[in-house]
Amino acid sequence: MIPGSEAVSAPPVLSVRDLVKRFPGVLANDSISLDAMPGEVHALLGENGAGKSTLVKCIYGFYRRDSGELLIDGEPTEIRSPQEARSRGIGMVFQTLTLIPALSVVENVALFLADLPAIPKLERIAAGLETLGERYDLKVDPWAQVRDLSIGQQQKAELLKLLLSQPRLLILDEPTRVLAPQEVQGFFQVLKRLVDDGLSVILITHKLNEVLECADRITVLRQGRVAGQVERTDATETGLVRLMFDRDLTIAPVSRSTAESAEGPPVLELQQAYTRGEGAATSLEQIDLVIRPWEIVGVAGVSGNGQKELGELILGSAPCIQGTKRLFGEDFTRRSIGDVRRAGVAYIPENPLAMAVNPHMTVLQNMAITQTRRYSRRGGLSIDWQAVESDTELTWERLGFRVPPHLLARSLSGGNLQRAVIARELSHEPRLIIASYLTHGLDVQSVHAARAALVQARDQGAGVLLISEDLEELSEYSDRMVVMHAGRIVGDFRTADADIYEVGRLMTGSQFAYG
Amino acid sequence: MSKLALLGVLSSAVFSGASLLYATLGEIVSERSGIVNLGLEGVLLVSASTGFAVTSLTGNPYLGVLAAVIAGGLMNMILGYLVVNRKANQLASGLALMFFGFGLSALIGKGFVGAKIVGLPRLAVPGSSGLPKLYASLLRFDILIYLAVPVAIAIWWLLFRTRWGLGVRAVGESPDTAFASGRNPRLIRFQALWLGGALAGVGGAHLSIAYAMNWTEYMTAGLGFIAIALVIFSKWHPLYAIAGALLFSGAVAFQLLLQSSGIQVSPFLLSTIPYVLTLVVLMAWGSRRRMAAPAGLGQVYEGVE
Ligand SMILES: Nc1ncnc2c1ncn2[C@@H]1O[C@H](COP(=O)(O)OP(=O)(O)OP(=O)(O)O)[C@@H](O)[C@H]1O
Ligand SMILES: [Mg+2]
Repeated sequence: MIPGSEAVSAPPVLSVRDLVKRFPGVLANDSISLDAMPGEVHALLGENGAGKSTLVKCIYGFYRRDSGELLIDGEPTEIRSPQEARSRGIGMVFQTLTLIPALSVVENVALFLADLPAIPKLERIAAGLETLGERYDLKVDPWAQVRDLSIGQQQKAELLKLLLSQPRLLILDEPTRVLAPQEVQGFFQVLKRLVDDGLSVILITHKLNEVLECADRITVLRQGRVAGQVERTDATETGLVRLMFDRDLTIAPVSRSTAESAEGPPVLELQQAYTRGEGAATSLEQIDLVIRPWEIVGVAGVSGNGQKELGELILGSAPCIQGTKRLFGEDFTRRSIGDVRRAGVAYIPENPLAMAVNPHMTVLQNMAITQTRRYSRRGGLSIDWQAVESDTELTWERLGFRVPPHLLARSLSGGNLQRAVIARELSHEPRLIIASYLTHGLDVQSVHAARAALVQARDQGAGVLLISEDLEELSEYSDRMVVMHAGRIVGDFRTADADIYEVGRLMTGSQFAYG
Repeated sequence: MSKLALLGVLSSAVFSGASLLYATLGEIVSERSGIVNLGLEGVLLVSASTGFAVTSLTGNPYLGVLAAVIAGGLMNMILGYLVVNRKANQLASGLALMFFGFGLSALIGKGFVGAKIVGLPRLAVPGSSGLPKLYASLLRFDILIYLAVPVAIAIWWLLFRTRWGLGVRAVGESPDTAFASGRNPRLIRFQALWLGGALAGVGGAHLSIAYAMNWTEYMTAGLGFIAIALVIFSKWHPLYAIAGALLFSGAVAFQLLLQSSGIQVSPFLLSTIPYVLTLVVLMAWGSRRRMAAPAGLGQVYEGVE
């Protein structure tokens, strides 16, 4: 784009000129230019690992760029740290949440307030949070410790944090990733109101419908370069996909479960199971759940109603204090996580960076940590890294995406991290797969690949528990659906017979309020 | 056993408990910012000797306390340079600091062994004037003792109610997040180390200028390490540290009492009571989720890429 070509009235709030950022072995941003105009939503698209997060972190001063210029209101400006970015009115929501688990929600919010007084009045901030949450339908208990919140609640806290700090330019790195569809709607309404007041937004997302709905201009990155810039009025979904991946996508239709009456014992059988939730965590009560082989069971529910705890109960990281848990026909109520995993349970948790990988180990090492017995040689004195590598290669080939194997997990892009966890969990033929927010952070292509892999596992006889807030995903992929509310299972349907309104009513628990 | 002996033991427990509390508070502040200072013992020794030397030279115990505070802060700056700027391992650097402190304090205190000083004045506990003179003389404490609990409350307030404290805790949990919020993790760690060193300095000064009123080599006798254990015991919380310091010095007093009561148990065994107690409490509390250490404790902050 020609600099200044559109500056008819006000100059861009922020212009990036020829920004270059290199990591050891990767050219993450190769001479990128873009403008963010006042009162405009500028969407940034690109496949996983294209360099979107790196670009905005350079703008925010979190990374130091190697070369290139930043202009604010047309003036060349140096931004060397987030401190300087914030003092110039730039706010950012990171892709990996920047909430501190040991602090409460208010404390996390206070931490990011630009004009926090030396002796902050947390009560006042909490009250502000509550009114904001009330107004925008983003309700989170301000005094809860973040570690007790589900990922969806954390995402809401993150958004509230930024709404309260009132910046001029807002950078949002996949803000809606783990929000339920109705919450996304609410969020975009909030955003529209803010933009009408003159706020500029740079929005990174993988959801093309969101982009087409609310962006004014769209920049597509591919392998660290600008692949194209389009106005929304000229944009189409296929056009954007072609810019992102340099080819068209073919999507195979979803097959339904073929097994009529599955032989063999259920892969999972919970009977009147209870857990005790510490702090603000949900306690599960009276859980009765059966998953058979050749079956995908969807779990619908608003985040924070016990989905996370359900996964932990099955894996064994949350003890079953009452009732029984049977896996593959055997009693596992008191067995260890190791036993559960060895029996063939795969777990894709909602927050992979915190719950599934060690950020300071490489991708390959992380691929091996759940299978150390399988790969150990000489009685555990050494690990067969070649086998790990070739197994990993095979899985990636099967899934149709790959992740740089020798990078530290913490330096992976958000989507690549999710890809790595999916690849690890779906290799070694699991018999029961628990997947929370499976497509969290994935680009369109990988979303299809990941879902196809899940269906394939089901067609080979695995049972799948698919936890999601996206009812479309659930009704398309699950064979049966249960609804969770306040730590209980409040509904159980065959997907084919499910009435979406009924599911929605159960999810929000309105039968408790009115019935 | 006489009531007098009992009172004497309790009184000495209060004196050693105050030093312990200051040292523990100092360690809490630096650990909250993510830095374990295993060199605390050395920091205490250097401040004790410096404070004593300055008091002896000037005749002013308040100047002595001030000197000890500065010495403590400076000692921690050495650690800060190693672990923050040079990104050295915290545990190894802390141990090196400790041995450095042993040597330096011996050097500073060499000319002052056996010197007589005017210590910090002792003020009677209000209401103790009616007691017999001998008893009343045991109930006279210096100003640092009276200040110990208020200081603990002030540190709690600083850490949990102020912007700076929020920043310190954020840096201790996740330096990257603190950086993203517009803070400078390195600067905050230095500030916390300085404050921690200053508090340890008060503890050291209290030991030599107010309690013992003399200087002997290695007079802290492990106090710094007990303080480090008490930090865990008190869940990195200044108010629990008061209880911890009381409990520990109470246990010391109790075992001294047992020894003097002529009980038929080896004194070596008795003197382990306070440490056994510490272990028991650590075991009982160790499994609680709420008492997790700051998540960034011991980690090097790499800075931006
Ligand atoms: N700290 C780092 N060290 C080394 N390489 C890094 C680091 N951060 C990012 N990279 C690499 O830079 C490239 C771009 O990553 P980036 O996070 O910007 O991708 P992204 O476009 O945000 O992808 P996603 O949609 O998956 O979030 C990736 O190849 C990634 O592995
Ligand atoms: Mg990203």
